[in-house]
Order: sequence, then structure tokens, then C-alpha cells
Amino acid sequence: MSPTLIVARRELAGYFATPVAYVFIVIFLVLSGALTFTLGGFFARGQADLSPFFNFVPWLFLFLVPALTMRLWAEERRLGTIELLLTLPITQWQAVVGKFLAAWAFCAVALALTFPLWVTINLLGNPDNGVVLAGYAGCLMMAGAYLAIGAALSAATKNQVIAFVLAVAVCFVFAAAGSPIVTDFLSQRVPLLAETARGLSLTERFNGFARGIIALRDIVFFASFILFFLFLNAVVLDHRKAD
Amino acid sequence: MPALIEIERLTRRFGAFTAVDDVSFTVAKGEVLGFLGPNGAGKSTTMKMLAGFVTPTSGTARIAGFDIAEQPVQAKRAMGFLPEGAPTYPEMTVTDFLAFCGRIRGFSGRTLDEKLAIAMAQTQLEGVRLQPIETLSKGFKRRVGLAQALLHDPPVLVLDEPTDGLDPNQKHEVRDLIQRMAPDKAIIISTHILEEVSAVCTRAIIIARGKVLADSPPAALMRPGQTLDQVFRDLTLAPREAA
Repeated sequence: MSPTLIVARRELAGYFATPVAYVFIVIFLVLSGALTFTLGGFFARGQADLSPFFNFVPWLFLFLVPALTMRLWAEERRLGTIELLLTLPITQWQAVVGKFLAAWAFCAVALALTFPLWVTINLLGNPDNGVVLAGYAGCLMMAGAYLAIGAALSAATKNQVIAFVLAVAVCFVFAAAGSPIVTDFLSQRVPLLAETARGLSLTERFNGFARGIIALRDIVFFASFILFFLFLNAVVLDHRKAD
Repeated sequence: MPALIEIERLTRRFGAFTAVDDVSFTVAKGEVLGFLGPNGAGKSTTMKMLAGFVTPTSGTARIAGFDIAEQPVQAKRAMGFLPEGAPTYPEMTVTDFLAFCGRIRGFSGRTLDEKLAIAMAQTQLEGVRLQPIETLSKGFKRRVGLAQALLHDPPVLVLDEPTDGLDPNQKHEVRDLIQRMAPDKAIIISTHILEEVSAVCTRAIIIARGKVLADSPPAALMRPGQTLDQVFRDLTLAPREAA
């Protein structure tokens, strides 16, 4: 097995050895369920699809994913295990990617556990399961993008609270960039920035997935977005590991 | 045959503070080097640079012929490192933790089991192999860290305070272990305990304010009628009083 996967495996087992995993999953499932049925009007809409659910996932992840990533490097620093991990015969890139993959796999597990929603719509009607699958893929992409941001910020500070608040703020900027409020405001004043903001918006890309469209350029966007922040993570880590 | 550890003009600055100042020495196979110095003298920083955790400001070092800056993964492969405080992942069991380190170092299946059994026998950990590390006493935790460093039978061992927190019997055992391994390895241990240097080391280096002040066999450090204690105080305090 490659060192990256060994790191990821240990990390993932670590989530389930502490209450972190269970608290995260329970809160995610309760909130996503509650929002889908109440605010989302799951039954009242009379349509067998998961769009009420997919509408809320990016906003739930906005707070839950930084809670997951804030401890990623900060905890290693606190325990001193960062010294152990980075003196094992692996490259820093492998450590960074391993940790990211574990957190990503964990988000995938949390998403997979929302399967009762999928079962429900299939019992109630004949949904387009392709669209549902694309929606889930979009959620996973969104989680990956937030995770990469959060991981990089966790490497930059020793303090978990700071890591959390910064991650929420930065994730929010990328999530809100494409919203009409921001783009209208910008297009009236600085039209050039409005285009950039829309181009960098995570929600814009996610909406494509939620409508059932898996476009290559969206996948490329998310992949490069994630890689960029993982690269940033490695650079920050190299710079600040011994502080 | 070149020395297993070669340090060349290693320097590390933190801002205006020079933690390690132009340190050079070599350690050959069969040598046990005692690294002595007051707190903050630069012992740990030197060891962290050797282990590839802290990047030197200037100068370099080679571990078993591999440059720590140019071939870090190969250098780390040839080394067993016990970081200061022996950090480990508290939620993992002793076996899981050592298996993780073993897998990262490329062992699997039966070889991994054998390596684990040997390392646990050497450090007397068999009795607690299935206990989570956080439930262990300080002495056991230290030995888990030690087992991790010995696991792959590396030619170079760098141990930062390996006997700190152990009771007299355990100290004795660890010293015996170091002496048993000494003939085929190059070992650096840092310590505050001067009797330990006379007991296990073939050579002692005294470092203060980042500079090497003495480098000779422990017996040669002692002038007639003086204990190693007095020599240590004379060497490390004298310049400060003069200033």
C-alpha cells in the first residue's frame, strides 16, 4: 500500500476512535433531514427528487467541514505527533494528501448515510436516479473544496478556534461569490470582478451537479481548486511545521 | 567507510536568535554519542534537523550517506528518531500504532508481525500491546516511542531524552538495550543525566548557546579530582559569567 493510503487509513480510523466522527455524522444527518423536510418542503413540493436536500448541503458543509478540518494539523501540533509523522520516510505531499483523503472519505460516509432520503423518493415516485447521483457527486466535490481550504488554514495556525473561524470565512467567500447579491453589486461597480467572482464560485458549479449535469469543466474546476489548496497546505506546512 | 552521521556546519536561526551555530561532527558505526547541554542549548533543534523536521538555515547533514535536504526520504528511512517527549497518537493501541509506523516503513504481512514482535520484546511492551496508548503510564509511553524508533532496525538512531520519565529499573533496561545495539549502529542520545553519559556513551559532546564546547570520550572530559558534573558547569556557565 502506498504511504499516502497508509496515512489516510490511520487518520480515518482515528475519526472513529474518538467521538468526533459520531457527533459529526449525527449532527449532519439530523440537520440535513430537518432542513429538507421543514424549510425544504420535501413533501409539500409533491416531487420525487432530492433538490430540497441538495440545496442545504453546501450551507451545512460550510460549518461542519471546517469543524472537521480545524483539528487536522492543529491537533498533530498539540500532541507533537507532527514531528513523528513528518520524520517518517514519507514526503510532505503524501502526508497532506493522506490526511485530505481520509477527511474526504469521511464526508463520503456521512453523505452515504443520507440514503434513507433516496429510498424515500424511490418509494414515493419515480425519480431520475442519474440526477440524484450527480447531486451526490456535487456534494462530494463541495466537501472536497471546503476540506482543502480548511486543511490549508489548519496548517497555518496552532489555534483550532482560529482555524475554524478562518475556514468558515474563506469557504463562505467562495460559496457566496456567485450569489446574485454579490454579482449584482459587483457588476454595477466593477464589472470585471463580477465575472471573476462568478467564475470562482463553488455554489455556481455545484448547482450544475444538483441539476444533474456533470460537466467536464466543472470537474476540472473542482480538481484544480482542491489541488491548489492542497499545494498551499504543503507549502504552509513546510514553512511553519517547526514553529 | 564514511561515518553514518555526518554533520557539516549546521546552523539554524529563529529570527535574530541562533539556536544552532555552525555545528559540525561525525558519528561512526559503533559509537554512542551523548549530546549534553543546558535547556535551550540547541540539542533538540540539532536532532530535529537531523531527522528532517526542522530545515537548516545553512549547512547540511548526511545520514548513511543520504543528504537530509536532497534525499530526505532515503535519509529518514535509514534513521530511527525518538522526538522530544515521545509523541504518539493517544487513541491508538500500542500494536496499531507500531503497525502504522511499520507499514509506512514498507513492512507488511509476516515481516511486519515479526518486526513488531521484536520491537515490543526489546522494549517490554508485550503486556500492553492491545491497550490504547492514552491509558498507559509515562514510562510505557516513552517505550512505545522507543519501539517505533527501533522497529525497522535502522543503522542510525537519534533519541531525544530516551530515559526521561522512566523509573530507575526502566532506565537501566533502556541503557542496556542501547549498549546491546551499539556495535552495529551510530547512536545519538541527548540527556540531562550526566551519569548516563558515563554509563552508555563512548563519546560526549557538550553544547551551549548553539555551539559545541567539548567533544571527547566522557572519561577524557573529566579532569583529575573533578566530576563530570563540575566539568559540565564550568563549560556551560563560564562564558556567561564573563560576559
